[in-house]
Amino acid sequence: MATLWQLFGTFTKIGAFTIGGGYAMLPLIEREVVDNRKWIGKDDFLDMVVVSQTAPGLLAMNISILVGNKLRGKTGAVVSAFGSALPSFVVILIVAVFLNEYQNNPWLVKMFRAVRPAVVALIAVPIFNMARTAKLNCYTVWISVVSALLIWRLSVSPVLIILVAGVGGVLYRILKDAKPKKS
Amino acid sequence: MYLYWQLFYTYFKIGLFGFGGGAAMLPLIQFELVEHFGWITATEFTNMVAVSQMTPGPIGINCATYAGYLATGSIWGSVIATFAIILPSFIIMLLVAKILQKFKNNRYVEGALSGLRPAVIGLIAAAALLLINTDNFGDNYADYKSWIIFALTFVLIKWLKIHPIVMILIVAIVGLVIY
Repeated sequence: MATLWQLFGTFTKIGAFTIGGGYAMLPLIEREVVDNRKWIGKDDFLDMVVVSQTAPGLLAMNISILVGNKLRGKTGAVVSAFGSALPSFVVILIVAVFLNEYQNNPWLVKMFRAVRPAVVALIAVPIFNMARTAKLNCYTVWISVVSALLIWRLSVSPVLIILVAGVGGVLYRILKDAKPKKS
Repeated sequence: MYLYWQLFYTYFKIGLFGFGGGAAMLPLIQFELVEHFGWITATEFTNMVAVSQMTPGPIGINCATYAGYLATGSIWGSVIATFAIILPSFIIMLLVAKILQKFKNNRYVEGALSGLRPAVIGLIAAAALLLINTDNFGDNYADYKSWIIFALTFVLIKWLKIHPIVMILIVAIVGLVIY
């Protein structure tokens, strides 16, 4: 059985050595928790991944909380989440303090001036990858287009869009269930 | 004190409504922090995303820590923002953990997701569109160098599968030379 220290150590290590966010952390968490330490079975872990992706919140946090909770209850959940957040918190805080101090350094200004348009491209790329994964078609693509336009042009809050889209999806399912297709 | 409360409330909201992981949270963060409260500028937001890509850990945590510091000028801002973005995960995951199987196969959860998935894609598209602004592409969008960087980065990452971190490093060096 996992001790709290082991949980903390494992998740801190994973948090410290993965660059690129939650999706990059998943395979590492699986290797540690399922393969190396055999804390959780593969099927259980895959269920946890599905739920972490479905629910709101950060993927890496959700999965850490589920794993910690399964092994050591609520305390385990706190320890795991704290462990996986700690390295990124410390590193980014140092960077933020440093950048705030030297934000007018001409070298940094030049570097960031070039990096910013690249970041816009970096944000744009997943749109096309996600459109394929979500199987967007002519019946659903309007939701994406309308959402984007409402936020971009009319400054509608993304939170409102998410609420409407979620509730709309549930209502659509209820309507479809109520009226079964005639065969 | 009120600023810290607002920071907590805002990041709690981002954690609660952020479906689809870190990338999908960026538009929420941008809307609240840049457009709504003006705690950070559009330029700072874009810089922050670049830094988050290159440092370890979940991008949402990176952004919360970074923006919490910029908004308040204090480490406590980082602590509160980071805590607030994780808290909804805690509440929801501990509730869901008991009914993992049922939740996974629930028809209504599935229904909600069928609406959320296309909406989240729209959210990210809006974030990208909002960032095509004069801060990033020069006055009157006239900085042709930034357009070339944008187009090249898109092509290299999308089709040639260059790693984003490698791309940012290359572009940073290019910036030293051309600007």
